[in-house]
Amino acid sequence: MSLYDLFPPEFFKLSVPLAGYLILSAILFTIGVATFLFRRNVITVFMAIELMLNAVNLTFVTFSNHFGKVDGQIFSFFVMVVAAAEAAVGLAIILMVFRNRATLQIDDFDTLKN
Amino acid sequence: MDLVLFLTFALISVACALNMALQRHPVSSALSLIGVMVSLAVLYVLLGAEFIAAAQLVVYSGAIMVLFIFVIMLLNAGAERLTKKAGTAHFLGFPLLVILLALSSWVITNATSAAKPVKFGAFTGGGPREVGWELFTRYVLPFEVTSILILIAIAGAYRLANKEME
Amino acid sequence: MDYLLVSIIKTLIIAPLLLATLAYIVWVERKVIAHVQLRVGPYFVGPHGLLQPIADAIKLLTKEDFIPSGVNHFFYWAAPWMGLMFSVTGIAVIPLGPQVEILGVKTNLGLADINIGLLWILGLAGMGVYGIALAGWSSNNKYALLGAMRSSAQMISYELPMALALAAPLLMSNSLNLREVINTQSGFVFGFVPNWNLFTGFQIVGFVVYMICAFAETNRIPFDLPEAENELVAGFHSEYSSMKFAAFFMAEYCNMIIVCSVATALYLGGWNPIVPEPIAQFVPTILFGGAAALLFFHAMNPGRPTDRFSFPVFGVIMAGLALLFLIPVIGPILNSLFWFLGKVGFLLFFFIWVRATLPRFRYDQLMKIAWLFLFPVALANLLLTAFGVTFFQK
Repeated sequence: MSLYDLFPPEFFKLSVPLAGYLILSAILFTIGVATFLFRRNVITVFMAIELMLNAVNLTFVTFSNHFGKVDGQIFSFFVMVVAAAEAAVGLAIILMVFRNRATLQIDDFDTLKN
Repeated sequence: MDLVLFLTFALISVACALNMALQRHPVSSALSLIGVMVSLAVLYVLLGAEFIAAAQLVVYSGAIMVLFIFVIMLLNAGAERLTKKAGTAHFLGFPLLVILLALSSWVITNATSAAKPVKFGAFTGGGPREVGWELFTRYVLPFEVTSILILIAIAGAYRLANKEME
Repeated sequence: MDYLLVSIIKTLIIAPLLLATLAYIVWVERKVIAHVQLRVGPYFVGPHGLLQPIADAIKLLTKEDFIPSGVNHFFYWAAPWMGLMFSVTGIAVIPLGPQVEILGVKTNLGLADINIGLLWILGLAGMGVYGIALAGWSSNNKYALLGAMRSSAQMISYELPMALALAAPLLMSNSLNLREVINTQSGFVFGFVPNWNLFTGFQIVGFVVYMICAFAETNRIPFDLPEAENELVAGFHSEYSSMKFAAFFMAEYCNMIIVCSVATALYLGGWNPIVPEPIAQFVPTILFGGAAALLFFHAMNPGRPTDRFSFPVFGVIMAGLALLFLIPVIGPILNSLFWFLGKVGFLLFFFIWVRATLPRFRYDQLMKIAWLFLFPVALANLLLTAFGVTFFQK
């Protein structure tokens, strides 16, 4: 007896259309943009950027699979490296700002206004 | 099996992303983002990108997000105040975002209607060996440039965070 | 029989064994430390305290699960189980022995055999920080928070030299699959030096660097800053009691098993024996037989009255184990398991031994060791190994 017999064989043959991955990526990207626009905490806004980068990575990897070439994965690797660099510098800037203004609310960073 | 795994982890990632957008506390948001990253790593495995999946776990959820959590704890940031300052973004943002999503989904479905579906195991060129080979032959110049970028970022972060250097 | 069913059976065998091992490592640790300090250790529950882990488990299960006021409930509840989940998942890719045939089914000893085994373990090690960090943060206690911050900084810092040290043996084996890495280390040079990466790969420096990082990654003495009891009460788990507290302990011991298994697979040749084949076959029999003989000898003139009855029983068990290795079909399977688990066990003993011997480092010393000593040494080791692999292909 095999455990696979418990399900009809067609069940295992269903595959995912390419559009599925791409639309998932679009949804994640949109949520990222929404978070970026509506949230008022610097760190959360920064995390929204990471979410958008992740969504783009998913597109790269999907197309790498579609064209059967590894180049898309290389690009997503570079995106990760850049995200790491960005996180290091960005969080250092946030630390600096917090030290000077003692707040993380974006609205309060308005010294240069007017 | 592909479809079941894809739907499970796609739903988890979207739910985590929504939770990240809706939670008020930065730590909850960060945890949700980690959920998104881990489920994306599973999807990468489904897409045949083993190395990128592992790198996603090691670099994104193992290093970058730890840094985020570390900073949130260091600043002991509480839940955020909701303010009304970004009124324009609130009024215009939602409709525009929905339009963006609808438009991109429509374009994607139309453009890829003839594309062959993704099958697990059809593409196996994403192992460490293949990625490494490409990285150190064709893409060696971008690789070196990013390493310099990382070096500059380390120096910059050190300079910014070190207050004794004033 | 299909792959899924075999996997489920293997999981059902390994999971209870793992839990029992985690419970008994605590007993071994208490015993070894006690004997280093000229005490007897746990002695009263069962012969020589052998039932102590069960008593501990009952105690922890029936204790009141106290939740202090002001904690973040969801994260306070989730943190210990998150930490335990990430460490137990790592066990899945540890290869325990070569491919064997049991009842006509060919299968690998070990749960999963994936191509990126080592990266998987490194990724989970990185994720393991969350359990500790969230526990400290959600406890709403300044000592717990300090412990959590120390832990996350420490684990990020030590992951770097650890990964660099691990890269050197991977260069020689040309694979990230732990099973293939072990297979490239079989055989002997000059007929008696085992072909392990530690010896014929000249990885002694890398091995030492890796072991130091392993101590830091598992938060063990001398790097147990996150739970330094004379500075931070109990560090990140100050506010935890009952099963949640036990979960942290299980995660720590599970992490120890994983780092020791990785060291065994990458540097110590996995299940490849240390002596050439005709002798290697009989080493476990001789060892267990010797232990049985020693137990019988001490039962003749016992130091304590209970030993007159307990020692012969253990002696019979040891003799039975010794004979088990001589049975034709099961013998070779047990033999490879013996070599792998024996090496892991020796490294675990080393962890406990160090705990009983060394004092704790100061926090600035900890960071200095990682960045100014281990990191350059691991980098130099990797560079030299790369040169070696290029010019004198192993």
